[in-house]
Amino acid sequence: MTSRPNGEPLVRLSGVNKWFGELHVLQDIDLEIDRGEVVVVIGPSGSGKSTLCRAINRLEPIDKGQITIDGALLPEEGKELARLRADVGMVFQSFNLFAHKTVLENVVLGPVKVRKKSKAEAESRARELLERVGVASQADKYPAQLSGGQQQRVAIARALAMEPKVMLFDEPTSALDPEMINEVLDVMVGLAKDGMTMVVVTHEMGFARRAANRVVFMDGGRVVETADPETFFTRPESDRAKDFLSKILTH
Amino acid sequence: MSPVFDNIDLFVDGFLTSLEIILYALAGSVPLGVLIAACRVSPIPPLRAFGTFWVTTFRNTPLTVVLFFCAFGLPELGINRSFFFFGVLGLVLYTSAFVCEAVRSGINSVPAGQAEAARSLGLNFTQGLRFVVIPQALRTVVPPLGSVLIAMMKNSAVAGAFGVGGDLWSTGQRLTSALGYATFPIFVGGVAVGYLIITLTAGALLQVLERKVAIAR
Ligand SMILES: Nc1ncnc2c1ncn2[C@@H]1O[C@H](COP(=O)(O)OP(=O)(O)O)[C@@H](O)[C@H]1O
Ligand SMILES: [Mg+2]
Repeated sequence: MTSRPNGEPLVRLSGVNKWFGELHVLQDIDLEIDRGEVVVVIGPSGSGKSTLCRAINRLEPIDKGQITIDGALLPEEGKELARLRADVGMVFQSFNLFAHKTVLENVVLGPVKVRKKSKAEAESRARELLERVGVASQADKYPAQLSGGQQQRVAIARALAMEPKVMLFDEPTSALDPEMINEVLDVMVGLAKDGMTMVVVTHEMGFARRAANRVVFMDGGRVVETADPETFFTRPESDRAKDFLSKILTH
Repeated sequence: MSPVFDNIDLFVDGFLTSLEIILYALAGSVPLGVLIAACRVSPIPPLRAFGTFWVTTFRNTPLTVVLFFCAFGLPELGINRSFFFFGVLGLVLYTSAFVCEAVRSGINSVPAGQAEAARSLGLNFTQGLRFVVIPQALRTVVPPLGSVLIAMMKNSAVAGAFGVGGDLWSTGQRLTSALGYATFPIFVGGVAVGYLIITLTAGALLQVLERKVAIAR
């Protein structure tokens, strides 16, 4: 269930604009995400989906507009920003597990160094999370020894270990072999069911239908259409969405 | 070889003095170089500018000029220390620029996604560098860093010549020019052997280190 206890959405983007040189990648983005809400962002390649995701934890700074998390404005670089990022989990297309650390060490690093938890406490929590995403038996291996699907599930556990308020997923299954996609999506559906607030960039319609409250369709740096998944996939309003859907449906 | 054995005490002293210069220079230039490298990749523009300035200055100035400035320029600015101190200082400043660039190339060899993942967990810039990027950079840093440090060990002779005195090179110099020994046996049999003992040992240690950081993966 989505909620707005203090009248504030958990994540609010208002009038967000960003340029890469001449390229206007994000154009007047307004978006509000409530607690417990799952928003799927969909759109053609190059439409600004990744940039949007990365702007929310300020991996990309924005040029104009405001982003607030839990009512607080995104801080500039520095301590405050690090604190905010700890509350925003991020899962990348290319996993980005720490290559020199074991699976367990990957999950433990943030809680110990950022949350200042004891090593024992962090490890026992990490093992629970690895269990939850189904890779507990791999705890002592290095990322390179795992399949892509396993690596991505570890990456999810690593993000969850920080007990984030919101999780961002940037095409979490795009780099995976087809037979591994579902093991990752199942974990994500589980998270959604448990009430995690999620922003998910994906073209997986199955996931959107099973888990999303809303689909946001982006094109050319703009949010072109927002609708619930069923409506979006069966009766899209904009021509650009219709065009886009016809392309991904025929593949 | 007897000119060497006749003066073995002097050579041992020279060897130890060279070793001392080298160890101080090592202890100074490596941490300083890492610090400057951290500046050069930092998100804070003034720090980046400072790092670039540092490297540009010391990498593009001949070592003799840096040493000359330390040994004769700093006293004019009211800083009075021993020649030994100034010799080591010059060597540290000069070498730190090269250490910085070796470390920076290692940092750049680590995929950007690693630092991004660290940042998105809430690690600050220094923590990301320390716990995620540098440990992975080490693998690629050790060979070029080794070259830089071995060059530094040989450059210690230049610092020695700059008035530090008593090191291997100066000992050879003194025996040949002041005491009239023939150049060849003194420099080949004594001075060169002394430096080779140091650099070859360093080379072997570096190889061990290289193997160690390669396994740590
Ligand atoms: N760091 C960057 N520098 C310059 N241009 C970039 C950078 N990152 C992305 N872009 C450009 O911005 C546009 C949007 O990129 P992105 O947000 O990655 O789109 P999407 O994730 O929807 O495919 C693309 O045209 C891309 O080439
Ligand atoms: Mg993308």
